[in-house]
Amino acid sequence: MQSSDDRPRGAGDGPESSAENQEDRGVPPSREATHEDPWYDTLASGWGEPDGTGVPAAAVPPARGEWGGADPRARDVYVEVQRSAAFQEVRARYRRFVVPGVAVFLVWYMSYLVTATTAPGLMARSVAGAVNVGMLAGLGQFLTTFLFAWAYARHARLRRDRAALELRWDTQELTRGRGGAS
Amino acid sequence: MTGHHQALALLLFSGFVAVTLGITTWVSRRRQGSAEEFYAGGRLFSPMENGFAIAGDYMSAASFLGVTGLIALYGYDGMLYVVGFLVAWLVVLFLVAELVRNCGRFTLADVVAARMSERPVRIAAGTSSVTVSVLYLVAQMVGAGSLVALLLGRTSGAAQTWAVIGVGALMVVYVSLGGMRATTWIQIVKAVLLLSGTVALTALLLLRFHGDIDRLLLTAAERSGHGRAFLAPGLRYGGTWTARLDFISLGLALVLGTAGLPHILSRFYTVPTARAARRSAVWSIGLIGGFYLMTIVLGFGAAAVVGTGAVRGSNAAGNTAVPLLALELGGGAASTGGTVLFAVVAAVAFATILAVVAGITLASSASVAHDLYASLRRSRGRRRGRARSEVAVARWAAVGIGVVAIALGLLARDLNVAFLVGLAFAVAASANLPVLLYSLFWRGFTTRGAVWAVYGGLIPALGLVLLSPVVSGSPASLFPDVDFQYFPLQNPGIVSIPLGFLAGWLGTVTSDEVADEAKYAETEVRSLTGAGAA
Repeated sequence: MQSSDDRPRGAGDGPESSAENQEDRGVPPSREATHEDPWYDTLASGWGEPDGTGVPAAAVPPARGEWGGADPRARDVYVEVQRSAAFQEVRARYRRFVVPGVAVFLVWYMSYLVTATTAPGLMARSVAGAVNVGMLAGLGQFLTTFLFAWAYARHARLRRDRAALELRWDTQELTRGRGGAS
Repeated sequence: MTGHHQALALLLFSGFVAVTLGITTWVSRRRQGSAEEFYAGGRLFSPMENGFAIAGDYMSAASFLGVTGLIALYGYDGMLYVVGFLVAWLVVLFLVAELVRNCGRFTLADVVAARMSERPVRIAAGTSSVTVSVLYLVAQMVGAGSLVALLLGRTSGAAQTWAVIGVGALMVVYVSLGGMRATTWIQIVKAVLLLSGTVALTALLLLRFHGDIDRLLLTAAERSGHGRAFLAPGLRYGGTWTARLDFISLGLALVLGTAGLPHILSRFYTVPTARAARRSAVWSIGLIGGFYLMTIVLGFGAAAVVGTGAVRGSNAAGNTAVPLLALELGGGAASTGGTVLFAVVAAVAFATILAVVAGITLASSASVAHDLYASLRRSRGRRRGRARSEVAVARWAAVGIGVVAIALGLLARDLNVAFLVGLAFAVAASANLPVLLYSLFWRGFTTRGAVWAVYGGLIPALGLVLLSPVVSGSPASLFPDVDFQYFPLQNPGIVSIPLGFLAGWLGTVTSDEVADEAKYAETEVRSLTGAGAA
């Protein structure tokens, strides 16, 4: 069994990340490099960063106070970012996919459930051999679940990941600049 | 069942216990005692590892033994369960996984408390998380007890009692010594074992029918004694309109409850980024979907090979359908193959229960220490050295929860396992999901709204169960001699879930507090970009 401790960050993260990981290994991750690289799975900002052994530093800041207690100017950064066109675009892309998606699969599932309980006769109608409408509808639920999951992951990877990562760095840069050490 | 089964099953199970204890020791050798490590395993797991661990957390004995048994007894109606269990993952993937990873640190309450006045919200969310976890835990403990009794052929109360105590003690050891890292590796080992066992059984079953699923289904229908009706809905949830409404209520709870289960949410904190959280959810959807497809085949297979009558004869709830099927597929009770397969299935079932129980214990000890203890203690104004001592509290909380779960597991020994799991899902969907979705997506959500959303879902869900036929008023209920049954459904979901959402809305519109724009901006930016994420 492999230890989860001594792997480089982002390892096991899929084939497409291996090239970047090769470059990153041993080199202190420079801000410029990571900024360009959407496949780089970053750890926390500032703290929790692995030390030499790859184990997160033991120092843990308090759970409370880290948000609310931040410098008021640092808090303004989030409002600023929220109103920026780049963020509005990321949010719109997320919502344009998720809202109709959730509506469609919930309606499809609930109509399956209600039909199965209230109209068993329809579900029992034979299609071919032992297979009836109910069996097809049930397997259809499995199929649509897999399809939805695939479509969501693809949409997020192609349409959101890069923009979100850039916003993340910009935001953290701004927070650090305004509020001192965040 | 002969002594050979028992000896071999015990041997295999001891092997699993030895391996898992080995993992725990090996992990705790290098532990540093940080909260990051104890609750989130250092956040260094890869999406694939976490995907397997999530699948391990989710595929409980209730699905492996319970649902296959329901299919073997009632055919199509058992299948409705697994559809709900799977579709629920789309809610998790679309609305929860990435955003929760970005906004929270260890628990569900982190996400909500970041925007609100902290103490009341944390106490409310912590209470409901612990309630859900304990209900789920009791279900698994009850399952463990009856399984041991059934599979080892000892129906005496003593064997059951010792099984519950043993499972409880092991889970406390895993969690309090190994934390999230040990728990995750145990989940991964268990998921691999369970999936391999299921694949092997399915392959053997399909070989027996020469890959002809049509013939398998027709044989199942024929041997079930119901004919073609076995392949269509209505055998279990047909009949009265109350029964049908009850099932719709259960279906709603299943599909919305998963996204509010604390032990599932806390798994997303074990990976480094939101992107990794998304990919682990996709991995787990693939694994869980494949597993449920196989359980459907195995359930119909048990009806076809063993026969519905024989399954019911062995256990009225159908829980022994898969072990009996394994016995038959191996060549029958007298053969070596049958003995080995039966023992393997029994050992895998034990391992499943043990791993699921460890995952839930960890999540609930996190809620106790990180949410309840931290908030209550803070009111007394002591803040010194809290990160270290919080982990110590969490370790002791695991012991406490273990004791409570053992006690409740022994008390609730005769309750139906599937009912308890359905109830846990209903409470999670009513108390945890509304507050989580409102805090992530509603700009104007306030502290009062958050507190009302939690209690407005939690109290009706539990109250309606108390007034339901499960507790009183019918021969099968917990207290058959008294009658205070005013609510006809067994599952409260269809009423309590809308109530949770309604209470959250009502609390928000009636409160004087104006929602903090900047804090909502922070939640929104953080949730979608990962800025400042732990």
